Amino acid sequence: MSRADLAAAILWTGATLYALFGGADFGGGVWDLIAGDAQKGERPRARIQRSLTPVWEANHVWLIFILVVLWTAFPKAFGAIMSTLYVPIALAAVGIVLRGAGFAFRKSIQRLELRRAMGAAFAVSSVLTPFFMGTVVGAIAAGHVPAGGNGEAFSSWLQPLPLLTGALFVASGAYLAAIFLVADSRRAGDGEMEGYFARRALWASGVAGAFALAGIFALHSEARYIFDRLTAEGLSLVIVSALCGLSVMALLLRGARRGLRPLAAGAVITVIWGWGVAQFPYLLPTSLRIDQAAAPGPTLDAVLIVFVSAAIVVLPALGLLYWLSQRELLGE
Amino acid sequence: MPLLDALPLAASESNLLAARELMAFTLAFHIILSCLGVALPAIILTANWLGLKRGDGEAMRLAQRWSKAMGVTFAVGAVTGTVLSFEFGLLWPQFMERFGGAFGVAFAVEGLFFFTEAIFLAIYIYGWKRLSGWAHFWSGVPMVITGIGGAFAVVTANSWMNQPQGFALDAAGKVVETEPLKILFNPAWSYEVPHMILAAYMVAGFLVASIYAVGMLRGRRDRLHRLGMLIPLTIALIATPIQIFVGDTAAREVADHQPAKFAAMECIQKTGGHQTEYVGGICTSDGVKAAIPIPDLDSFLVGFSAGTEVTGLEDIPADERPPADTLLHLSFDAMVGIGTALLALAVWLAFAWWRRRDIPRTPWFLRAVAVSGVGAIVALWAGWIVTEVGRQPWIVQGFMRTSEAVTEAEGIWFAFAGVLILYAGLGTGAVLVLRAMSRRWRAEEEDAGDSEVPYGPPEAAAR
Repeated sequence: MSRADLAAAILWTGATLYALFGGADFGGGVWDLIAGDAQKGERPRARIQRSLTPVWEANHVWLIFILVVLWTAFPKAFGAIMSTLYVPIALAAVGIVLRGAGFAFRKSIQRLELRRAMGAAFAVSSVLTPFFMGTVVGAIAAGHVPAGGNGEAFSSWLQPLPLLTGALFVASGAYLAAIFLVADSRRAGDGEMEGYFARRALWASGVAGAFALAGIFALHSEARYIFDRLTAEGLSLVIVSALCGLSVMALLLRGARRGLRPLAAGAVITVIWGWGVAQFPYLLPTSLRIDQAAAPGPTLDAVLIVFVSAAIVVLPALGLLYWLSQRELLGE
Repeated sequence: MPLLDALPLAASESNLLAARELMAFTLAFHIILSCLGVALPAIILTANWLGLKRGDGEAMRLAQRWSKAMGVTFAVGAVTGTVLSFEFGLLWPQFMERFGGAFGVAFAVEGLFFFTEAIFLAIYIYGWKRLSGWAHFWSGVPMVITGIGGAFAVVTANSWMNQPQGFALDAAGKVVETEPLKILFNPAWSYEVPHMILAAYMVAGFLVASIYAVGMLRGRRDRLHRLGMLIPLTIALIATPIQIFVGDTAAREVADHQPAKFAAMECIQKTGGHQTEYVGGICTSDGVKAAIPIPDLDSFLVGFSAGTEVTGLEDIPADERPPADTLLHLSFDAMVGIGTALLALAVWLAFAWWRRRDIPRTPWFLRAVAVSGVGAIVALWAGWIVTEVGRQPWIVQGFMRTSEAVTEAEGIWFAFAGVLILYAGLGTGAVLVLRAMSRRWRAEEEDAGDSEVPYGPPEAAAR
């Protein structure tokens, strides 16, 4: 494995962690959005707020991590992506601002109508932001980003595969969020909310699974290179993903709680790495290979060193944050 | 003005101007929040430490309130910082594509610090209720270290743009070799980084102090307000004289290594010794008009002798001269002027404290503190205008022009208009939320009837 491949693996690791944790935070916003009126939605919204509050900013930093690793280790790919997909990327940036600000302001504002407006900003942008991020990923996978950059501003992402990927991002975030919220409600001894989110998790797992399945068909027609490798080199990951997803559904139907979170995370992780395996050795299929996009060796070494330092410093700290948060030692 | 200018410009020039204005605006907005992210933790922990060490309930209450306010400013800073990361690619794709592999290393290091800061900030802000006093205090200490480390990494990326090194280009201009340590420790970091970290402490300190000074001017002269003003003010006032020294050194370094920037900010036209220092005025190609001239001072400040030769703009090729001479000159003067005024404020307080162990009695002192926060922000902006506009037309000094870096995407002016609206809402929202929090705290105090506060975080939070 070359240094450039290793750097790409780091990029994928960052993307995986962002999809799991950042994705679930967006998913929390999705459930907030469709929780109903102020009265009906009060309890689920309160649960979502308690779960998200201490962790969402730390989870958000994985996005910064992805951007920084991309522009440092693979500057050519970064330039090409940014100069082509600037429309969905800019829209995602707007969504990030509205989501973060809406969430942070909502809990500190007393007046009901302002609170509602802030809550709406948070919840609506929790749907739009992962959707646009998904279109970016879908457009890359579909090969709509030319290696030289400055590709089509609209037709690069307004295509079935990117749009479907956007929908998949939203659905899988909601799916993860619901599973995590089941566990959080259970720990808080809130049986009603546990059932509430378990029902939603079941629905979301069906929807996310359907989008993933549809995605495979879209790959067949729009991104043949990826389809071919996904059904060969990546096939085992696809099968594991499907098994994880089906097990989650089976557990939910039986009312079981053990193993929900690792299985749900497994379903998402295997999709992300399946995609990675399928587009290897390309960063922008099929115009820019990982080694062609890579920065000089010493820069890649620096990225590796930073990543190892992050593993030593950030991961234990993050573990501490989750541990304190799970034990309900953190709160307003 | 920029919008009107845009019309007759060629498309690419218009794009360049729009991208620069957008970048400048979003940076100016974000940098206030970054200052708070860098320096508020130390201010809060000082109050927290006083509270724990001396059993001072009011210091404790301040620490708790400030940490809540920091929760809001950090959230806003996290999203506006993310916008900047996006803008690097959206506005300057050629720059990132060519040099991301070199100076990106600094941002990778920054990411590490920012991540750690975000985690401990969450633990600290939300740990008041259930963590024990000292454990909670120590959970906040990493924020101080990572704030400084993060500031180092971001500012060193900027100082690399001013004095780039640590890379080799091939014939096509592609970066083929890098030396990350030389990039991280480029020659300009040693004065830019301390200058910015001190600026962050000054902005955060004066800003918090000014809020309490306004409260005192409105008649809220209780101990809480006094302490709320004195803790941040003392920290800012300690930073101020050091800042003047660092800034003076920085100006000399700029004169030595970035002569075009120095000539523009001092409006020096002709190379030579015995350069006059002009305070204020309008910069023209025949020298400074309507300014206060101080003969020989400029040369003296650069080389400690009146005969020191200083490069003038005449020796800089016309297409490599920074634009907007008057803006640069006045920005530099504003920064130095405000810094000097803040130093005078420090001397004033130190004198009164030495004589009577009290703040100066006159309301003029409180009025001065009340405007110091805005003053510090203006000085900060002015300093960054000097650094950034003074480097133009280069984005990487000597290697890449800003015009080569800018995106070909259309509609940047529309994006700029959208961002103005979005950020107007963001800024208004942040201010409204902070004011609502402050009103709520005041109402709670009145309900409680007296200022007796139980000691320690668990009790304080249980109130």
